[in-house]
Amino acid sequence: MEIRSEKNEGKTVAYIYGEIDHHNARLAREKLDKIIEHDRPISFYLDLSSVSFCDSSGLGLVMGRLRKCNTVGCTLTVQNPSGAAMKILEIAGMDRIIRIEKGE
Amino acid sequence: MADRVINGMKIEFMAKSVNESFARAAVACFAAQADPSVAVIADLKTVVSEAVTNSIVHGYSGVEDKSLCPIYIQCRLFESGRLVIRIKDRGRGIEDIETAMQPLFTTDLDGERSGMGFTVMKSFTDGIKVHSRLGKGTTVTLEKRLDRK
Ligand SMILES: Nc1ncnc2c1ncn2[C@@H]1O[C@H](COP(=O)(O)OP(=O)(O)OP(=O)(O)O)[C@@H](O)[C@H]1O
Ligand SMILES: [Mg+2]
Repeated sequence: MEIRSEKNEGKTVAYIYGEIDHHNARLAREKLDKIIEHDRPISFYLDLSSVSFCDSSGLGLVMGRLRKCNTVGCTLTVQNPSGAAMKILEIAGMDRIIRIEKGE
Repeated sequence: MADRVINGMKIEFMAKSVNESFARAAVACFAAQADPSVAVIADLKTVVSEAVTNSIVHGYSGVEDKSLCPIYIQCRLFESGRLVIRIKDRGRGIEDIETAMQPLFTTDLDGERSGMGFTVMKSFTDGIKVHSRLGKGTTVTLEKRLDRK
Protein backbone atom coordinates (compact mmCIF):
# COMPACT_ATOMS: atom_id res chain seq x y z
CA MET A 1 0.00 0.00 0.00
CA GLU A 2 1.24 3.43 -0.95
CA ILE A 3 -0.19 6.93 -0.70
CA ARG A 4 0.57 10.00 -2.78
CA SER A 5 -1.16 13.34 -2.71
CA GLU A 6 -1.36 16.51 -4.72
CA LYS A 7 -2.59 19.92 -3.65
CA ASN A 8 -4.14 22.49 -5.93
CA GLU A 9 -5.37 25.63 -4.15
CA GLY A 10 -8.12 24.51 -1.75
CA LYS A 11 -8.30 20.98 -3.11
CA THR A 12 -6.16 18.04 -2.07
CA VAL A 13 -6.36 14.64 -3.74
CA ALA A 14 -4.83 11.64 -1.94
CA TYR A 15 -4.29 8.49 -4.02
CA ILE A 16 -4.22 5.09 -2.34
CA TYR A 17 -2.41 2.35 -4.28
CA GLY A 18 -2.63 -1.36 -3.46
CA GLU A 19 -4.37 -3.29 -0.70
CA ILE A 20 -6.31 -1.84 2.23
CA ASP A 21 -6.62 -4.31 5.09
CA HIS A 22 -6.28 -4.07 8.87
CA HIS A 23 -2.51 -4.48 8.63
CA ASN A 24 -1.90 -1.37 6.55
CA ALA A 25 -4.98 0.68 7.47
CA ARG A 26 -3.18 2.15 10.45
CA LEU A 27 -0.33 3.51 8.38
CA ALA A 28 -2.82 4.80 5.81
CA ARG A 29 -4.74 6.57 8.56
CA GLU A 30 -1.61 8.27 9.89
CA LYS A 31 -0.46 9.37 6.43
CA LEU A 32 -3.87 10.69 5.39
CA ASP A 33 -4.36 12.63 8.62
CA LYS A 34 -0.91 14.16 8.20
CA ILE A 35 -1.81 15.25 4.67
CA ILE A 36 -5.13 16.74 5.83
CA GLU A 37 -3.45 18.59 8.71
CA HIS A 38 -0.60 19.85 6.54
CA ASP A 39 -2.67 20.95 3.52
CA ARG A 40 -5.76 22.15 5.41
CA PRO A 41 -7.84 21.82 2.21
CA ILE A 42 -11.39 23.06 1.69
CA SER A 43 -12.17 19.85 -0.17
CA PHE A 44 -10.34 16.57 0.39
CA TYR A 45 -10.56 13.85 -2.26
CA LEU A 46 -9.71 10.23 -1.59
CA ASP A 47 -8.89 8.54 -4.89
CA LEU A 48 -9.52 4.77 -4.63
CA SER A 49 -9.09 3.93 -8.32
CA SER A 50 -5.91 1.91 -7.67
CA VAL A 51 -7.17 -0.06 -4.67
CA SER A 52 -6.73 -3.73 -5.57
CA PHE A 53 -8.17 -5.13 -2.33
CA CYS A 54 -10.43 -3.66 0.33
CA ASP A 55 -12.17 -5.24 3.32
CA SER A 56 -14.13 -3.69 6.20
CA SER A 57 -10.91 -2.12 7.51
CA GLY A 58 -11.13 0.09 4.42
CA LEU A 59 -14.62 1.12 5.46
CA GLY A 60 -13.31 2.06 8.86
CA LEU A 61 -10.55 4.05 7.19
CA VAL A 62 -12.98 6.02 5.02
CA MET A 63 -15.47 6.62 7.86
CA GLY A 64 -12.62 7.73 10.10
CA ARG A 65 -11.44 10.24 7.47
CA LEU A 66 -14.99 11.54 7.17
CA ARG A 67 -14.90 12.27 10.91
CA LYS A 68 -11.46 13.83 10.55
CA CYS A 69 -12.66 16.07 7.70
CA ASN A 70 -15.71 17.10 9.72
CA THR A 71 -13.44 18.04 12.63
CA VAL A 72 -11.13 20.24 10.57
CA GLY A 73 -14.01 21.65 8.50
CA CYS A 74 -13.41 20.28 4.99
CA THR A 75 -15.53 18.11 2.71
CA LEU A 76 -14.66 14.50 1.86
CA THR A 77 -15.25 12.98 -1.57
CA VAL A 78 -14.33 9.45 -2.63
CA GLN A 79 -13.09 9.55 -6.21
CA ASN A 80 -13.28 6.76 -8.81
CA PRO A 81 -13.47 3.77 -6.45
CA SER A 82 -12.18 0.53 -8.01
CA GLY A 83 -14.51 -2.46 -8.23
CA ALA A 84 -13.03 -3.89 -5.03
CA ALA A 85 -13.53 -0.64 -3.12
CA MET A 86 -17.00 0.07 -4.50
CA LYS A 87 -18.36 -3.37 -3.61
CA ILE A 88 -17.50 -2.84 0.04
CA LEU A 89 -18.78 0.75 0.09
CA GLU A 90 -22.11 -0.38 -1.36
CA ILE A 91 -22.62 -3.23 1.08
CA ALA A 92 -22.23 -0.90 4.00
CA GLY A 93 -24.61 1.62 2.41
CA MET A 94 -21.77 4.10 2.59
CA ASP A 95 -22.45 5.20 -0.95
CA ARG A 96 -25.43 7.00 0.65
CA ILE A 97 -23.44 8.65 3.45
CA ILE A 98 -20.33 9.72 1.58
CA ARG A 99 -20.05 11.69 -1.63
CA ILE A 100 -18.69 9.49 -4.39
CA GLU A 101 -17.56 10.90 -7.74
CA LYS A 102 -16.92 8.65 -10.74
CA GLY A 103 -15.37 9.38 -14.11
CA GLU A 104 -13.13 12.23 -15.12
CA MET B 1 -26.34 -38.27 -2.94
CA ALA B 2 -23.49 -37.38 -0.63
CA ASP B 3 -21.10 -34.69 -1.75
CA ARG B 4 -17.58 -36.08 -1.77
CA VAL B 5 -14.49 -34.17 -0.61
CA ILE B 6 -12.02 -34.13 -3.51
CA ASN B 7 -9.25 -32.04 -1.97
CA GLY B 8 -8.34 -30.37 1.30
CA MET B 9 -5.69 -28.30 3.07
CA LYS B 10 -4.88 -26.96 6.53
CA ILE B 11 -2.64 -24.13 7.66
CA GLU B 12 -1.73 -22.69 11.02
CA PHE B 13 -0.08 -19.32 11.62
CA MET B 14 0.49 -16.73 14.32
CA ALA B 15 -2.09 -13.99 14.87
CA LYS B 16 0.01 -11.21 13.42
CA SER B 17 -1.59 -8.65 11.12
CA VAL B 18 1.12 -9.17 8.49
CA ASN B 19 -0.35 -12.68 8.04
CA GLU B 20 -3.73 -11.33 6.89
CA SER B 21 -2.49 -11.05 3.30
CA PHE B 22 -0.75 -14.45 3.58
CA ALA B 23 -4.00 -16.11 4.70
CA ARG B 24 -6.20 -14.70 1.95
CA ALA B 25 -3.58 -15.45 -0.72
CA ALA B 26 -3.22 -19.05 0.52
CA VAL B 27 -6.97 -19.72 0.32
CA ALA B 28 -7.23 -18.01 -3.09
CA CYS B 29 -4.35 -20.17 -4.36
CA PHE B 30 -6.01 -23.35 -3.12
CA ALA B 31 -9.35 -22.35 -4.67
CA ALA B 32 -7.73 -21.58 -8.04
CA GLN B 33 -7.61 -25.30 -8.96
CA ALA B 34 -11.40 -25.22 -9.39
CA ASP B 35 -11.01 -22.42 -11.94
CA PRO B 36 -13.41 -19.95 -10.32
CA SER B 37 -14.15 -16.52 -11.79
CA VAL B 38 -12.07 -13.48 -10.86
CA ALA B 39 -15.06 -12.13 -8.91
CA VAL B 40 -15.34 -15.31 -6.83
CA ILE B 41 -11.62 -15.20 -6.00
CA ALA B 42 -11.99 -11.56 -4.95
CA ASP B 43 -14.91 -12.45 -2.65
CA LEU B 44 -12.94 -15.32 -1.10
CA LYS B 45 -9.99 -13.05 -0.34
CA THR B 46 -12.27 -10.51 1.31
CA VAL B 47 -14.10 -12.97 3.57
CA VAL B 48 -10.91 -14.74 4.68
CA SER B 49 -9.41 -11.36 5.48
CA GLU B 50 -12.49 -10.47 7.57
CA ALA B 51 -12.44 -13.63 9.67
CA VAL B 52 -8.67 -13.64 10.20
CA THR B 53 -8.67 -9.95 11.11
CA ASN B 54 -11.42 -10.61 13.66
CA SER B 55 -9.34 -13.35 15.29
CA ILE B 56 -6.35 -11.01 15.50
CA VAL B 57 -8.19 -7.84 16.56
CA HIS B 58 -10.90 -9.28 18.82
CA GLY B 59 -10.08 -12.93 19.58
CA TYR B 60 -6.54 -12.32 20.76
CA SER B 61 -6.82 -8.67 21.82
CA GLY B 62 -4.57 -7.93 24.76
CA VAL B 63 -2.34 -10.99 24.34
CA GLU B 64 1.23 -9.72 23.96
CA ASP B 65 2.97 -12.98 23.04
CA LYS B 66 1.64 -13.83 19.58
CA SER B 67 3.36 -17.22 19.62
CA LEU B 68 0.53 -18.20 21.98
CA CYS B 69 -2.06 -17.06 19.43
CA PRO B 70 -2.64 -19.63 16.69
CA ILE B 71 -5.08 -19.20 13.84
CA TYR B 72 -6.13 -22.33 11.94
CA ILE B 73 -7.60 -22.44 8.46
CA GLN B 74 -9.02 -25.58 6.92
CA CYS B 75 -10.34 -25.75 3.35
CA ARG B 76 -12.33 -28.58 1.85
CA LEU B 77 -13.24 -28.69 -1.81
CA PHE B 78 -16.26 -30.80 -2.71
CA GLU B 79 -17.08 -32.63 -5.91
CA SER B 80 -20.09 -30.34 -6.42
CA GLY B 81 -17.79 -27.29 -6.59
CA ARG B 82 -18.44 -26.06 -3.05
CA LEU B 83 -15.51 -24.76 -1.04
CA VAL B 84 -15.90 -24.90 2.74
CA ILE B 85 -13.45 -22.76 4.71
CA ARG B 86 -13.12 -23.04 8.48
CA ILE B 87 -11.24 -20.30 10.31
CA LYS B 88 -10.60 -20.91 13.97
CA ASP B 89 -8.93 -19.16 16.91
CA ARG B 90 -8.42 -20.04 20.57
CA GLY B 91 -9.15 -16.50 21.72
CA ARG B 92 -11.63 -14.84 24.06
CA GLY B 93 -14.79 -15.98 22.25
CA ILE B 94 -18.00 -14.10 21.48
CA GLU B 95 -20.58 -13.54 24.20
CA ASP B 96 -23.64 -13.06 22.00
CA ILE B 97 -23.16 -14.23 18.41
CA GLU B 98 -26.51 -12.94 17.13
CA THR B 99 -25.76 -9.42 18.34
CA ALA B 100 -22.17 -9.58 17.09
CA MET B 101 -23.44 -10.38 13.60
CA GLN B 102 -25.72 -7.33 13.37
CA PRO B 103 -24.55 -4.69 10.88
CA LEU B 104 -22.61 -1.85 12.54
CA PHE B 105 -22.19 -3.73 15.83
CA THR B 106 -18.63 -3.49 17.14
CA THR B 107 -16.99 -3.79 20.54
CA ASP B 108 -13.89 -1.99 19.31
CA LEU B 109 -14.65 1.70 19.76
CA ASP B 110 -11.19 3.23 19.42
CA GLY B 111 -9.82 1.22 16.52
CA GLU B 112 -11.85 2.75 13.64
CA ARG B 113 -13.81 -0.44 13.09
CA SER B 114 -17.11 -0.21 11.26
CA GLY B 115 -18.84 -3.32 12.59
CA MET B 116 -19.44 -4.60 9.07
CA GLY B 117 -17.16 -7.67 8.98
CA PHE B 118 -19.86 -10.29 9.53
CA THR B 119 -22.22 -8.48 7.14
CA VAL B 120 -19.52 -8.62 4.45
CA MET B 121 -18.88 -12.33 5.18
CA LYS B 122 -22.60 -13.06 4.93
CA SER B 123 -23.17 -11.24 1.67
CA PHE B 124 -19.98 -12.43 -0.08
CA THR B 125 -20.56 -16.17 0.57
CA ASP B 126 -23.28 -18.79 0.12
CA GLY B 127 -23.35 -19.62 3.83
CA ILE B 128 -21.80 -18.74 7.18
CA LYS B 129 -21.84 -20.49 10.53
CA VAL B 130 -20.29 -19.11 13.70
CA HIS B 131 -19.48 -21.19 16.73
CA SER B 132 -17.96 -19.64 19.82
CA ARG B 133 -17.32 -20.33 23.48
CA LEU B 134 -16.25 -17.67 25.94
CA GLY B 135 -12.63 -18.11 26.93
CA LYS B 136 -12.23 -20.99 24.44
CA GLY B 137 -12.33 -19.47 21.00
CA THR B 138 -14.28 -18.88 17.84
CA THR B 139 -14.81 -20.86 14.64
CA VAL B 140 -16.26 -19.29 11.51
CA THR B 141 -17.29 -21.65 8.72
CA LEU B 142 -17.81 -20.12 5.29
CA GLU B 143 -19.17 -21.79 2.20
CA LYS B 144 -18.75 -20.59 -1.38
CA ARG B 145 -19.66 -22.11 -4.72
CA LEU B 146 -16.66 -22.01 -7.03
CA ASP B 147 -18.29 -23.39 -10.16
CA ARG B 148 -19.46 -20.96 -12.84
CA LYS B 149 -23.14 -21.93 -12.83
N1 LIG C 1 -12.85 -14.12 16.47
C1 LIG C 1 -13.51 -13.31 17.33
N2 LIG C 1 -13.25 -13.38 18.66
C2 LIG C 1 -13.90 -12.58 19.54
N3 LIG C 1 -14.84 -11.66 19.18
C3 LIG C 1 -15.15 -11.55 17.88
C4 LIG C 1 -14.50 -12.36 16.89
N4 LIG C 1 -15.03 -12.04 15.68
C5 LIG C 1 -15.93 -11.07 15.91
N5 LIG C 1 -16.03 -10.77 17.22
C6 LIG C 1 -16.96 -9.78 17.83
O1 LIG C 1 -17.99 -9.50 16.90
C7 LIG C 1 -18.04 -8.09 16.63
C8 LIG C 1 -18.48 -7.85 15.22
O2 LIG C 1 -17.50 -8.32 14.28
P1 LIG C 1 -17.45 -7.65 12.82
O3 LIG C 1 -16.33 -8.23 12.06
O4 LIG C 1 -18.81 -7.70 12.21
O5 LIG C 1 -17.16 -6.11 13.13
P2 LIG C 1 -15.79 -5.46 13.67
O6 LIG C 1 -14.67 -6.41 13.52
O7 LIG C 1 -16.04 -4.91 15.01
O8 LIG C 1 -15.59 -4.25 12.63
P3 LIG C 1 -15.05 -4.38 11.11
O9 LIG C 1 -15.02 -5.84 10.76
O10 LIG C 1 -16.06 -3.65 10.29
O11 LIG C 1 -13.73 -3.75 11.08
C9 LIG C 1 -16.66 -7.58 16.99
O12 LIG C 1 -16.65 -6.20 17.31
C10 LIG C 1 -16.29 -8.47 18.18
O13 LIG C 1 -16.88 -8.00 19.36
MG1 LIG D 1 -14.32 -7.45 11.75
